[in-house]
Amino acid sequence: MASSERGDPGPEAGAPVTFVKEPEQSDSILADDALVSTAPDLIAGSLGEYTTIWWRRVRSGESGALPVVLGLIAIVAYFQIRSSLFLSAGNLVNLITQAAFIVTFGMAEVFVLLLGEIDLSVGYNAACGATITCWMLAPPNPYPWWVAVLGGLAFSAAYAGVEGIIITWLRLPSFVVTLAGYLGGLGLLLALINLAAPDSGGTIQLNSNTLNDIEGGAMSPVTGWIVMIAAVVLAAVFLVMRDARRRAHKLAAPPISVTVLKIALMAVAGVVVVLIGNTNRGVGFAIVRGVPWVVLVILVLLIAWTTLLSRTRFGRYVYAIGGNAEAARRAGISLKRIRILAFALCGLTAGVSGIIWTSNLSGISNNFNGGQYVLYAVAAAVIGGTSLFGGRGRMLGAVLGGLVVGVIYNGLQLLGLGPAAQNMWTAGVLLAAVTVDAVARRGSTTSTS
Amino acid sequence: MVTPGMPDGVPPTGGATSGAGPGQPEPADPSGPLLRLRGVGKSFGAVHALADVNLDIPAGQVTALVGDNGAGKTTLIKCVAGIWEPSGGQILWNGRPVHIRTPKDATALGIATVYQDLALCDNLDIVQNMMLGHERLSYGLLDEISMEKTARQTLADLAVTTVRSVRQTVGSLSGGQRQSVAVAKAVMLDARLVIMDEPTAALGVSQTELVLSLITRLASRGHAVVMISHNLNDIFRVADRIAVLYLGRLVAQGSASEFDRQSVVDIMTTGASSRRGNGSSGGGESAESRGVTSGLED
Repeated sequence: MASSERGDPGPEAGAPVTFVKEPEQSDSILADDALVSTAPDLIAGSLGEYTTIWWRRVRSGESGALPVVLGLIAIVAYFQIRSSLFLSAGNLVNLITQAAFIVTFGMAEVFVLLLGEIDLSVGYNAACGATITCWMLAPPNPYPWWVAVLGGLAFSAAYAGVEGIIITWLRLPSFVVTLAGYLGGLGLLLALINLAAPDSGGTIQLNSNTLNDIEGGAMSPVTGWIVMIAAVVLAAVFLVMRDARRRAHKLAAPPISVTVLKIALMAVAGVVVVLIGNTNRGVGFAIVRGVPWVVLVILVLLIAWTTLLSRTRFGRYVYAIGGNAEAARRAGISLKRIRILAFALCGLTAGVSGIIWTSNLSGISNNFNGGQYVLYAVAAAVIGGTSLFGGRGRMLGAVLGGLVVGVIYNGLQLLGLGPAAQNMWTAGVLLAAVTVDAVARRGSTTSTS
Repeated sequence: MVTPGMPDGVPPTGGATSGAGPGQPEPADPSGPLLRLRGVGKSFGAVHALADVNLDIPAGQVTALVGDNGAGKTTLIKCVAGIWEPSGGQILWNGRPVHIRTPKDATALGIATVYQDLALCDNLDIVQNMMLGHERLSYGLLDEISMEKTARQTLADLAVTTVRSVRQTVGSLSGGQRQSVAVAKAVMLDARLVIMDEPTAALGVSQTELVLSLITRLASRGHAVVMISHNLNDIFRVADRIAVLYLGRLVAQGSASEFDRQSVVDIMTTGASSRRGNGSSGGGESAESRGVTSGLED
């Protein structure tokens, strides 16, 4: 009996089964029967091999950013054919500022969709938070702008956090609780605006140049280049260092060619954004140029939330709960804490969205269409590859999905088509995205769960 | 217990310490079985699901727990796994009486249970699943390299070689591979006793072979393995010892060589067998079963 020897895995001792594959080398658990059987490890993987694995992931439902990028290109091409103004610098910058709040709404929704929950109240929650920010900035005694922002964000996080507490402690469906939050938020918005600006006809101004500049202002052309180069260099250093560390520990790392390709793509995207932003979009003699500040806001939010979801315990647990809540519970994870925190983060991000929206119009009024924006938020997240069933989705996807919704919104306006066409287009794209999600999901698992 | 000092072989718990990984404390009583149940019973109101169970689980051996539906197999392992607290009797771990009140108590002792549903997250990869709830951090962020190395090492130790990459999502694995990941996860947490509930129930032929060889390897590494199964083929392939439950009572236990298929079926269905030559129930001569084991594995 093999109990006398150290558990050395080998074909000789503890394995009565001869036709189960035994390792040629004990450390080569990456050995594969079909594809890469010659490689003891994947350290020296090639670009082609990476493509194969990547394609496998695409087919298994981890489709990543590919479908949404392809969709985005197709829609942009369509609008450019229909209207030569679409790809003009002026319209593209306009598009970015229009789409920014949809993008952030989509990012907010990702937190709860990953858990398999939904938050229908993000729209009016964001509006209430933004109203509080405006109120705190109102004369005669305005707070500093950042205090007002913190106040508004704190409200939005708390609002969604309370919804999360109700959902987890009373075990109510998030759909119903946040529907109540939606209606309550609408009522609260009307009450808040009446309180804050009684004689304004239901409108409150955003009394801060700094905050109005998020959407209305732009970086100087030089600042735009510096920010872009800094972001790309940081990302490149991070990727290269990570791969180098993995190689140093003899773990499989993406081939250098793949990493170079990724960095090149980021650089190209950055250069394009800055070139568009720095083109003069002024009408007549006025010169207007520079990347809108909101791009930086979204970039920072994207990096922060991506790090949170992919590099921290909290993020890992969000995915785990969305994938299999029972497994997460047995692993000793506090489901309630993670769920409540995810709802609070959803509210916080929605609060950012509310401030961006307010910045765009220099104020907020009581005809804020929170109902439609919730649907845009869910659409952005789902178009970006976030599964409605939980466990799958990324922040970058929400950014791209939000851009898709923004492009449709902007493009149809440019073509002179009204809300009827806008909504039907968005519906069509959403349906297509959900179909892609469902089909990918069907092919993804070998299990019956 | 009949033969505390092994004349011919290695003490079973000695095997456990050498095989269960670093950091294991030396057992208090290295000669006895790893887990010993003495008169354990469990009642739900007036229903006696288990009564007076005396069972020895030695390290380095596979103990098959068999019985018909409702015989009390699941109740018994839930008592050991800390899901339910026994209503009576004593549980000895390394010869020391212990109280297992919660699953955490069981984990702390080194008892890991792999339930039939496996409790894996399909959307996470193998490393993420194996480290779930035990993530390592460096500078506040997840230390993926350290976790991946640990997961890889554990899988390599168990000779789980059929997965393409440890960064594969668990949803893309076959049933046997999923079972392997669940077992590896249990073993990685320094489990000394691995309880498996119907490990081969949902698997095809080749996947079953994968899991059975894994079970044998676990035992050869010194882990004690308890396997609930309905499949007599599997039981006689890997079990060193067989314990039969009938209506909440442990009616027979002993080395696998003392049983044959017909006698197991008889005992499972009627509580007794005329065919069983050696009637020593509850004895469990480890030395004998050790000899039998090597015979089985030729």
